[in-house]
Amino acid sequence: MPLPAEFSDLEPYADWALPTEPERYAKRLASSMDEMQAFYDAAFSRLEDAIAHIDRHPWDDLPEDARTLMHLMQGLVMVSFPVEVWKQARVPDSGAAYLDLIVEPVV
Amino acid sequence: MPHFPKPAAGSWTEHYPELGTAPVNYSDSIDPEHYEAEREAIFKRTWLNVGRVESVPKVGSYFTKELAAAETSLIIVRGKDKQIRAFHNVCRHRGNKLVWNDFPGEEVKGTCRQFTCKYHAWRYDLAGELTFIQQEEEFFNVDKSDYGLKSVRCEVWEGFIFVNLDPDAAPLAEYLGEMAKGLEGYPFHEMTEVYSYRAEVGSNWKLFIDAFAEFYHAPVLHQKQAVKDEADKLFSYGYEALHYKLDGPHSMISSWGGMSPPKDPSMVKPIERVLRSGLFGPWDRPDIDGLDDLPESLNPARHKAWGSDSFVLFPNFMLLIWAPGWYLTYHYWPTGVDKHVFESSLYFVPPKNARERLGHELAAVTFKEYALQDANTLEATQTMLKGRAVTDFPLNDQEILLRHLHKVARDRVEEHQSKEHQDAAAR
Ligand code: FES
Ligand SMILES: [Fe+2]
Repeated sequence: MPLPAEFSDLEPYADWALPTEPERYAKRLASSMDEMQAFYDAAFSRLEDAIAHIDRHPWDDLPEDARTLMHLMQGLVMVSFPVEVWKQARVPDSGAAYLDLIVEPVV
Repeated sequence: MPHFPKPAAGSWTEHYPELGTAPVNYSDSIDPEHYEAEREAIFKRTWLNVGRVESVPKVGSYFTKELAAAETSLIIVRGKDKQIRAFHNVCRHRGNKLVWNDFPGEEVKGTCRQFTCKYHAWRYDLAGELTFIQQEEEFFNVDKSDYGLKSVRCEVWEGFIFVNLDPDAAPLAEYLGEMAKGLEGYPFHEMTEVYSYRAEVGSNWKLFIDAFAEFYHAPVLHQKQAVKDEADKLFSYGYEALHYKLDGPHSMISSWGGMSPPKDPSMVKPIERVLRSGLFGPWDRPDIDGLDDLPESLNPARHKAWGSDSFVLFPNFMLLIWAPGWYLTYHYWPTGVDKHVFESSLYFVPPKNARERLGHELAAVTFKEYALQDANTLEATQTMLKGRAVTDFPLNDQEILLRHLHKVARDRVEEHQSKEHQDAAAR
């Protein structure tokens, strides 16, 4: 699903618009820091606009393009730790530990 | 120089003299015999929380719970009369596991009108009564009323469903005691937006409780999570709790508020500033009743800087309530002396807008980053304890809950074993 028209600048990053955490986390682990930095820079600068756009709709009845935008911003949240602090996709000092998300409120 | 006052006894630990202050022997976390004894003395005869009422919302809603430490699997189901019941997940015909999907070891959930065994189609209603026997005439005067599902004690406290395999156990409310009573009335039922995580961790179940029953390690192990200046500041302060309390087998630690909201926004990451949320949860409280007049067990020190209270409800259930109006649960389900299944769930008031929803998302993502570091550390601890090069460890005053947990677990094992001996002698 395409993004709302006024967010067409984010279209190159649309593959980050994934509905569930396991998908977003897997994409984070499979991405390079350059890829995540580019996505972060583009999306972070539009975060306030995105929130304003989504909030123009009733929360329990989002149009599909606003939902896609929401998923994209959830992707931004997912890459924020690697970009803002870790400088790597994996959590430092976490070795082989894993934590699967098994219940989540999917938008 | 302490930042917060300690009890007159001089320390939290000495306030409870029965705990002692000696180094603690950790063979209880590596000894297979002790683990077997814990299964009998603790997991087969203590109230265990298996979830919330919201996960069985309607008549026929059910879920299964694997209790490896108690050598069983349970079905929790809401009946026609709205009652929540628990049964051993075993068919009375020839012992097949009654409710499961493709993989017998995996937990399942759903809604149904009755349970039908996959093996020979015996059927049970939602109250556990046997209602159908395939080719009943081939049996020898079987009375169906003798073959209902085997039930398990099941009681609900504040929306939390507990089970107990011991038919003679004291009622749940009595077991939970005064401290838990002082949590009644907290608006748990408003916090229905749930994020749940699960992992198998290569450590004894008590070691992960140890990691979450003290925050003394946080400025060290999780140092890299904060921005540099904040991390340095936290490290130089160290950690002290506002208050500790023990109540029978249970205990709690009360902590200050940390970063929700932060005193200085430059001390937090850019995304936190926009989403007004982070590890300590959303900076803005949800608009619900029940957060102003907190029940008496919360913030026992009545401190202005209060941020969260963690309750260890023995044996394996932790309830972490945060000042900004959300809560977390932890469960540690033993599967062996050196492994357990760790579950954690974050509960928020459902969001009203995108900023709130993304704020929850950020809190959940941040939680996972921390928990991965904790889980990984435990495996390192377990392997080194196992070598027994060092057996006794000096626990400090901020580690009082750990000292208490290991003592309670050991005491329960000893009490149970001496009772078994007495019973055997009497026979
Ligand atoms: S074992 Fe269940 S019907 Fe035979
Ligand atoms: Fe930790």
